[in-house]
Amino acid sequence: MLTFIVFFPLVGAAVVALLPREHEREARWVAAATGFAVLVAAAVLFAIFDRDQSGFQFIQRESWVDGELAHLKLQYLLGVDGLSVALVLLTSLLGMVAILISWNIELRPKEYFAWLLVLESSLFGVFTALDLVLFFIFWEIELIPMYFLISIWGTGRKIYSAWKYVFYTFFGSSFMLVGILVTGFAANTFDMRALAGADLHDALLPTGALFFFLIVAFAIKLPVVPFHTWLPDAHTDAPTAVSVMLAGVLLKMGGYGMLRVSFTILPDVARDAGVYLGAFAAVNILYGAMVTLVQTDLKRLIAYSSVSHMGYVLLGISALGTVGLTGAGMQMFTHGVITGLLFVLVGLVYDRTHTRQIRELSGLAHQMPLIAVVMVIAGLASLGLPSLAGFVSEVTVFLGTFGKYGLLTVMGVIGIVLTAGYILWMIQRVFYGERNPRWAELGDANAWWERAALVGMVAVIVVIGIYPAVLADVIEKGVQPIAAGLA
Amino acid sequence: MTGVDRLGPELVLLCFAGIVILTDLFWSRRPLLVGLSLAAIVGSLAWTGSLVARDMQGTAFDGMLVVDDFSLFFAFLFPGVAALVILASVEYAERFSRYQGEYYALILTSTAGMMLMAATTDLIAIFIALELTSISLYILVAFLKTVLSSEAGIKYLLLGALSTAITLYGMAFLFGLSGSTSLSDIADTVAAANDDTRAALIMAVALLTAGLGFKMAVVPFQMWVPDVYEGAPTPITAFLSVGSKAAGFAVMLRIFFVALGDRFISNDWANMFAALAAVSMSVGNVVALSQANIKRMLGYSSIAQAGYFLVGVAAISANGGDLPLGASGVVFFLGAYAFTNLGAFIAIIAISNRTGSDEITSYAGMARRSPLLALGLTLCLISLTGIPPTAGFIAKFYVFDAAVQSDLVWLVIVGVLNSVVSAYYYLRVVLQMYTEEPVSEEQVAAGPALGLALAIAVGGILFVGILPSFLLEASESAAKVFS
Repeated sequence: MLTFIVFFPLVGAAVVALLPREHEREARWVAAATGFAVLVAAAVLFAIFDRDQSGFQFIQRESWVDGELAHLKLQYLLGVDGLSVALVLLTSLLGMVAILISWNIELRPKEYFAWLLVLESSLFGVFTALDLVLFFIFWEIELIPMYFLISIWGTGRKIYSAWKYVFYTFFGSSFMLVGILVTGFAANTFDMRALAGADLHDALLPTGALFFFLIVAFAIKLPVVPFHTWLPDAHTDAPTAVSVMLAGVLLKMGGYGMLRVSFTILPDVARDAGVYLGAFAAVNILYGAMVTLVQTDLKRLIAYSSVSHMGYVLLGISALGTVGLTGAGMQMFTHGVITGLLFVLVGLVYDRTHTRQIRELSGLAHQMPLIAVVMVIAGLASLGLPSLAGFVSEVTVFLGTFGKYGLLTVMGVIGIVLTAGYILWMIQRVFYGERNPRWAELGDANAWWERAALVGMVAVIVVIGIYPAVLADVIEKGVQPIAAGLA
Repeated sequence: MTGVDRLGPELVLLCFAGIVILTDLFWSRRPLLVGLSLAAIVGSLAWTGSLVARDMQGTAFDGMLVVDDFSLFFAFLFPGVAALVILASVEYAERFSRYQGEYYALILTSTAGMMLMAATTDLIAIFIALELTSISLYILVAFLKTVLSSEAGIKYLLLGALSTAITLYGMAFLFGLSGSTSLSDIADTVAAANDDTRAALIMAVALLTAGLGFKMAVVPFQMWVPDVYEGAPTPITAFLSVGSKAAGFAVMLRIFFVALGDRFISNDWANMFAALAAVSMSVGNVVALSQANIKRMLGYSSIAQAGYFLVGVAAISANGGDLPLGASGVVFFLGAYAFTNLGAFIAIIAISNRTGSDEITSYAGMARRSPLLALGLTLCLISLTGIPPTAGFIAKFYVFDAAVQSDLVWLVIVGVLNSVVSAYYYLRVVLQMYTEEPVSEEQVAAGPALGLALAIAVGGILFVGILPSFLLEASESAAKVFS
């Protein structure tokens, strides 16, 4: 099952790549079929996931490399717990959305959809791999499609942004590689399940340094201020679908990695580091929100709001308790859907107006009522309106952290106020206000693929907002063992 | 006769070298020459295979020749490399009309020399094999007879002669101390060495490192690399960067791990190699950043790669003196690197055969002019950077793993940071091919020979990258020779 989810997109990518040039427009159908098959598989996986059982399920295991001299035992080991099954579902959902909103891409569609599917495949791998080295491999593979997707199909300073993205990520992961090697040597295994119980001492490096090596890559990915500067560039210059994947899924690799790798392997150090992480989180939330307020470019605005929102993930993680970690997991999922939706909407607006400058836009609700309504829903969800998804996760985070770091939590709540500010202000300037004759000819989101993407995402936001247990129970089961290790 | 039997793989190559030259005298037909050369390699590989099947490990000619898992590994590697080089030469060799036979014959003799370098444990035999390899290569480098090629040939000859002399001087020290040219006898002397003889041993280590460092192209013995790589015919550049370098490492592993493997001296040279590794990686990568010619760039990149190999050489466990671990890392890396670097050069040959240029800017838009070549080259460059799922990643991972187990975490950090630097110049070529506008719309296609060679190389990169067990087992059993 997991092998199918991880590798089927690769099969789709291969089919897309082999399409004859005359039929390259058909690539989108192949991609959509692949994405849909994987989405169904992921939904089934989520449905049959046993919610009463903690630990990993659907385990698949093969011996992969067995180096006797080097004590190098690598496994092909996939499995999901509550946290990863949620992220697999998120990835498949946004992967489908990304394909749909790229429907009319003109430039080299074959390569585009192939890379998009490769990207999806590597993300599934990251979220399901239970062997540390396998995890790292999928983590690295993700670089290549991103590099191509940004540098070829991007806009603006796309080459610069692609480089920046690659270097930040590669820099972080090179430290992670050192950390993985030292961990593997000290514990004599790369199996994450065994590492959870392993008692690591100052083997080759002090455990504090090891923790640093293991968390840098995730901190860059999340991103934690001051490692965030790649994010606005990459998000802004990437094509819409890639921004959706970036904000929706790739950032979550950071939070997921912290929980799965750094915190699981070195709980003792994590316990001491919690308060510092909390402080970083508060800076993330407030700094991110304040910078967002002054943005003049729609896409950059959403990008910076991600920095702020990922601060909540970090805040929840830093509390080290079940509630906080559940909140962080919830926030990862809901932020993925909400911000994904925001990027989709911005992309739709940009497709029609060919500008993202807020001051040039005005009164668009007259021409695009559907986009405007969905934008309002997504915006309200983003600022945490009760009954929508964002509220649930943010409240859970605050519940988890308040008892531990009261002051930091209060700062986080202030961030919500700022969020309300920039979201509402943006909607008011772009969609309401005076009707601008320049945009009189524009149409709404009428194509079926646009509507399918919008409706699907709004449905998820509303369902989670009204009945959060559908997600929260699963994630809670997933983070319980991690929290138990930290207690 | 068992002695001749064990020498068989090399003998086949040498005999065919003669046959190729003679055939060229009478029927100077290019396909015939290529076919004969490839037949030689197939014959040699088949003989090696039969040696493995018949369990013919052992020594011959009073220890001058050994057939063990280590030499067998290279008896497969070097002819394989030569086969790809020959395939890559088919179209390229049209640039010189005469001496076709000599060209292929010299590749065969030099391959035989490389195999012998890995298959002997005697200083005299090592030296002769070294010369056989080098002299063939001196000629091949100058084969184009252009100004650049001749300059490269002279440069390679002069510096090569110097380095050979230095190697010989180092060997003389070992002989002087032990009174024997056999590596195992020398090992006994080293084990019994005291502080009086220590200085002489250090001298020997330094001289041998300098001499063999030339072959391996590690800093600070790398001065010849960029000019020679640029000037030589590109298939020969590929041969130099893979075959000659691997042979240098094979000899070095033999001499240092067998003769000088005693802990009395091994910790010293391990530290020295760790330092050389760090310097090689850093210098190679940083200088490669600013290269505009892709052959020069790959020249510097091969210096950096040699630094990664040296990480494995330095990785002898600090507490156990455990030799095979790092050695198997080096051997594995050599195998993975052979596929990767040859693949890159083959793609470059195919492209420059059509565009006539080795400048990186001429690669603009290559993805549109030749999607398959561009994809193949991209995969090779990704493997050189060390990004999965390629052979290059597994190789680096394995070598770094060995280094961590030998308490060389600092060296691993230097290594991974160097990988980040190298990503810039490798991926810059990829960027040229995929995002820039092509200078012309003319399609670039590889001929059948080049296409086959590239397919083999790319297949190898992916095979080793996804299913490394096969190469891993081979390199581990090769390295166990040193336990």
